[in-house]
Amino acid sequence: MNIFARLPGSPRDRRPLGVAFPRAVSATRGIARLINSVVSNYLFRKVLKAAFTIFFVTSLTFFIIRLMPANPVDVYIQEMIAQYGMAYDEARNQAAALLAIDLSAPMYQQYFDYLGNLLHGNLGTSYRSKGTPAASIIVKFLPWTIFSVGVSLLISFTLGVVLGMLMAYWRESPLDHVLSAFASIMSSVPNYLVAMMLVVFLGVQWKLLPITAMRGSMSPGIQPGLSLHFVGDIFFHAALPIATYVLTTIGGWMLLMKSSTISTLEEDYVTVARARGLSDRRITTAYVGRNAALPLFTQLTISVGFIVGGSVLIESIFVYQGVGLLLINSINARDYPVMQGVFLVIATAVVLANLLADLLYSRLDPRIRITGGE
Amino acid sequence: MESMAATTRDLLKESVTSLRLLTRNRIGFLGFLGVVFFILLAFVGPSLIPLDTETKVAQIYQPPSWGHPLGTDHQGRDIWSQIVHGGKDLLTVAFLAGLISTFIAVSLGSLSAVVGGAFDSAVMGLTDIVLTIPHFPLLVVLAGFVRLNTVWMLALIIALLAWPSLLRAVRSQVLSLKERDYVEAAVALDLGTRHVVFSEILPNMMSYIAISMIFAMTAAIYAQVGMFFLGLVPFSGNNWGLMINLAWTRGAIFFKDSIYYIMAPVTAIAIFQLVLVSMTRSLEEVFNPRLRAGE
Repeated sequence: MNIFARLPGSPRDRRPLGVAFPRAVSATRGIARLINSVVSNYLFRKVLKAAFTIFFVTSLTFFIIRLMPANPVDVYIQEMIAQYGMAYDEARNQAAALLAIDLSAPMYQQYFDYLGNLLHGNLGTSYRSKGTPAASIIVKFLPWTIFSVGVSLLISFTLGVVLGMLMAYWRESPLDHVLSAFASIMSSVPNYLVAMMLVVFLGVQWKLLPITAMRGSMSPGIQPGLSLHFVGDIFFHAALPIATYVLTTIGGWMLLMKSSTISTLEEDYVTVARARGLSDRRITTAYVGRNAALPLFTQLTISVGFIVGGSVLIESIFVYQGVGLLLINSINARDYPVMQGVFLVIATAVVLANLLADLLYSRLDPRIRITGGE
Repeated sequence: MESMAATTRDLLKESVTSLRLLTRNRIGFLGFLGVVFFILLAFVGPSLIPLDTETKVAQIYQPPSWGHPLGTDHQGRDIWSQIVHGGKDLLTVAFLAGLISTFIAVSLGSLSAVVGGAFDSAVMGLTDIVLTIPHFPLLVVLAGFVRLNTVWMLALIIALLAWPSLLRAVRSQVLSLKERDYVEAAVALDLGTRHVVFSEILPNMMSYIAISMIFAMTAAIYAQVGMFFLGLVPFSGNNWGLMINLAWTRGAIFFKDSIYYIMAPVTAIAIFQLVLVSMTRSLEEVFNPRLRAGE
């Protein structure tokens, strides 16, 4: 029997089989087209790629971490022997009691266990702080990194854009030369060297700052809250990391904004705006500034992603309790679940920021929306 | 009268432009001289200046003098001789890492642009992924695999993460150069893929590739000194990164007198980065007419 013939509105006898067919084909074709349009959809593909990247990085770090020489037990035993002069057997017994972990299971089994737990939102428990979930440790350290790097990113981006525009407008002036030299020196000196010089000069040589009191992310015994005291305290502790990040990143923003402004100033619409006799102020804000800052916004979103990962050295130097310091400490102790968790957070942050940058750029720039839409 | 004034003005303008170009070249030239100086210091210097290894308790943290141009360290040893002997590994790793990552980027990038298809998408997928992994945290983990004093291994792990952005740039440049008339002519003449890539396309990107390689070297210095500072790489002997590590852990934060010990390697690294970057900057200005026009 021909099932298509039973479709409503298709007279059975008058129509031959072949004619009823196209309707059905077009129906399946419609579904296929829908799937096709979903799959080829820009956003869908981006999200899929982002998810795959996170998965890939998680898997990669899982195996790299476990292939590292020295496992958590070895490291712990060595530490006990070095610090407390324990005998090897005693240290091993203590390690076995404290670190109730089984590393003898085959690697692939550990991997699938980890992925399964991850799908339930479980990052595992820390080896070192026994019984503490890795997630809760990370949650304790993460806000400080986001706070310190976030504040400095805002400061250095805003200042850098303004200074870069000034440099482009007053090109070849003494101001431009001084700022250009500053920017290129600051962006080529490694940030941890700047951090060390801040400690050595401000703290030790000139004794301007109480370096040891500024360590950590807040003073002991202080109550978190929206009080002036607390806010002042966290800025006191974050001041040196923030100063380092701003000093070392501002040069990049300045140079980027300068070259972007210079190329925007050459655009036809700026010349036309000048010819129309628009005021300099209007040209600067509405014509040049917005267009020149456009490429920088993508860069900004991408930097937001690197917030979490870019702080390892700086946080170690200032002993600032952020994820960077947590990562180093967990690597030194080979605390696999915590390391793995930090990497997951870092990778997710970067991938999401890239995704945001893509979407934001097409929103901010109508030219891309039109040409890139289809 | 008027035309003469115009010619003098033109001449003046011309000479100002060439003067400016010259000063720009001079910065690059200074950078180049600086790089040569560091290479001589690191590779020839050690055979001229012996390394001071003797502990002299009476001479701890001495300020600079004729005998010790940069003062002495926490064991009374001469700092200058340590600086002379401490650059070799660092420069070698930086150069090797720059070379390897540039090689990966240029070969895979141009191949991917020329071949296209599935190979291209696979390479680009991998590039995007490596680009999104934050380098330093992963390097910190990879550093665990480096064996004692293996320079090439350290260079390799740094290079393995450093190629993606250059690869993207090379690929897009090759894609655009592929459409040029002279390349199409070479293809039409059936000169072979190797000829097209190496004789027609790559020479046009040489300046860009050279600049990128120098930037890759500065990134490699950043990464390796960072790892040395954190004490993650099992290297022994003399090395600016290890000097910083020692100076930092042995008292830069407590003793006022230790300033020369920590500042010597810090300054050496900072200046080396600076001369490398200034070398590229002048190349960039020479090759980028938009910046050169100054208008």
